[in-house]
Amino acid sequence: MSEQVEALNELGDHIASQMPDAVRKFEIAYGELTLFAERDQIIALVEFLKRDALCMFEMMIDVCGVDYPERSQRFEVVYHFLSMRMNQRIRVKVSTDEETAVPSIVELHPSANWFEREAFDMYGIRFAGHPDMRRILTDYGFEGYPLRKDFPLTGYTEVRYDDLEKRIVHEPVALTQEYRNFDFLSPWEGMTSVIPGDEKAGETTDGEGA
Amino acid sequence: MADDMKAPNEDRTFTLNFGPQHPAAHGVLRMVMDLDGEIVDRIDCHIGLLHRGTEKLLEYKTYLQGLPYFDRLHYSAPMNQEHAWCLAIEKMLGIEVPRRASFIRVLYSEIGRILEHLLNVGTFILDAGALTPITWAFEQREILMGFYERASGARLHAAYFRPGGVHQDLPQDLIDDIMTFCEQFPKAMEDFEGLITENRIFKQRNVNIGFVDEKTIMDYAFTGPMVRGSGLAWDLRRSQPYEIYSEIPQDVFPVIIGKNGDNYDRYVVRMEEMQVSNNIMKWCIENMPKGPVMAENSKVAPPRRGEMKRSMEALIHHFKLYTEGFHVPAGEVYAAVEAPAGEFGVYLVADGTNRPYRVKLRAPSFAHLAAMDHMCKGHQLADTSTILGSLDIVFGEVDR
Repeated sequence: MSEQVEALNELGDHIASQMPDAVRKFEIAYGELTLFAERDQIIALVEFLKRDALCMFEMMIDVCGVDYPERSQRFEVVYHFLSMRMNQRIRVKVSTDEETAVPSIVELHPSANWFEREAFDMYGIRFAGHPDMRRILTDYGFEGYPLRKDFPLTGYTEVRYDDLEKRIVHEPVALTQEYRNFDFLSPWEGMTSVIPGDEKAGETTDGEGA
Repeated sequence: MADDMKAPNEDRTFTLNFGPQHPAAHGVLRMVMDLDGEIVDRIDCHIGLLHRGTEKLLEYKTYLQGLPYFDRLHYSAPMNQEHAWCLAIEKMLGIEVPRRASFIRVLYSEIGRILEHLLNVGTFILDAGALTPITWAFEQREILMGFYERASGARLHAAYFRPGGVHQDLPQDLIDDIMTFCEQFPKAMEDFEGLITENRIFKQRNVNIGFVDEKTIMDYAFTGPMVRGSGLAWDLRRSQPYEIYSEIPQDVFPVIIGKNGDNYDRYVVRMEEMQVSNNIMKWCIENMPKGPVMAENSKVAPPRRGEMKRSMEALIHHFKLYTEGFHVPAGEVYAAVEAPAGEFGVYLVADGTNRPYRVKLRAPSFAHLAAMDHMCKGHQLADTSTILGSLDIVFGEVDR
């Protein structure tokens, strides 16, 4: 295990030293190497990862978005690469917000085409230079970005077949029962703040004293 | 659909809608094809007709509640998907799976592989025009699904692999019956192959069709039989082994590779892989140790029934695990398994609570289908359905 971490450390050092402008820092956790990259340098970095003799990350396994609404750059775009030759994996992350586009890596890895479309579809992350930026998984004419944290689980519209109109109709979601989103966290281990009723304890003592 | 009425010297490119209700569309694929005569010019795949928002739903469920969603991804080999989810959670929690559970997982993963390959090969041949083989394949699938049911209670939506092990131990008579199946399976495969492998029509339609070279593999992130059919010995079970795959001897589990990288080779690779899976299953049964099937970690794994009757603590743990669920430390992992179709990966971002913050499911079919345009360009219209068949697409997984 430690040998593996050692190797990842070396690889991370190598990439960081060769591409100092592109790599902000790197991290190793759970035996996986993560590079935090600069957004505008991503193409150069991916090309380096693909061509460098020590990296050879020729296969782009996955691109996905992650939403952190509390950050100023709310989206993270996470790339996973695989090198079959070196039997090694790497994760590269860049941050972006709703407006700023991330350079598309489709030129280097055609497999990124659909994955970037999916990230756009789900989060509204824009990719500059993508040849065919359309929605991919959601319905024709869908509005909004469903995987954003501020998008409700139930969505906004529901569809059904209207027998009178003889067509599919879109209507606002009408739930007969509220979605049951239990919060199991608070009563057991999150008992750090004031328990309801605690404020009365002080009052009573005061009352007795007076 | 067609504009045959145009004068012969005019542009003959026309557009054809393939699916979403087409028997060879393997579910709900809609392809908009630009055809030049009968030659495919461009394919635009419209997917998402089976999109159920699994990734969104997982963010609202505890880790254990999320597990059954994985059965609904690649629904012809459900347990292989659960496996990736369990591996991701176990990696973060740092729990060891008991040896017997590891053997059971491998045993059932291989059953899943046979299930999936049988379905794929059966429908693939059906697309090529042979009606009988799929019924023979489904006969075997039916027996295997019986084993799923006897282990988990469900033929398809098993929810059998759990973080920390498997839900329940296998009874001995089930193990014996799986062994009996393994004994007769090679014969059944032989009959099956006799129908198809040397069939002239099948060969005419598939040899040298849908050729995949190394560049295509790298560019389009192919994994699984799509890679091995082209002669690259890449199998996550061997190259990045998990569970007990590294212990299986080479003669029981060789990596099957093809030579030419066409549809036919991928078919042969899948047929051979089923035999290998069968051997792995036998090996697992022969070497299966006795012992617990769930990790002895009361913060993750539920207590045993008997314990719960007597121990207050066990009862509390049981209650807590099935209401609040266990907490996974903050961080992120990527765990991948060699699913029948290729690399199925789970990218899990945890924030320290009882629910995942973000789950990305990396489905092999999604990447494979994305290459459809590239692979079909210049082929005949009739080849698209066999190429699609050889890609091994399952829509539960593509659309998620």
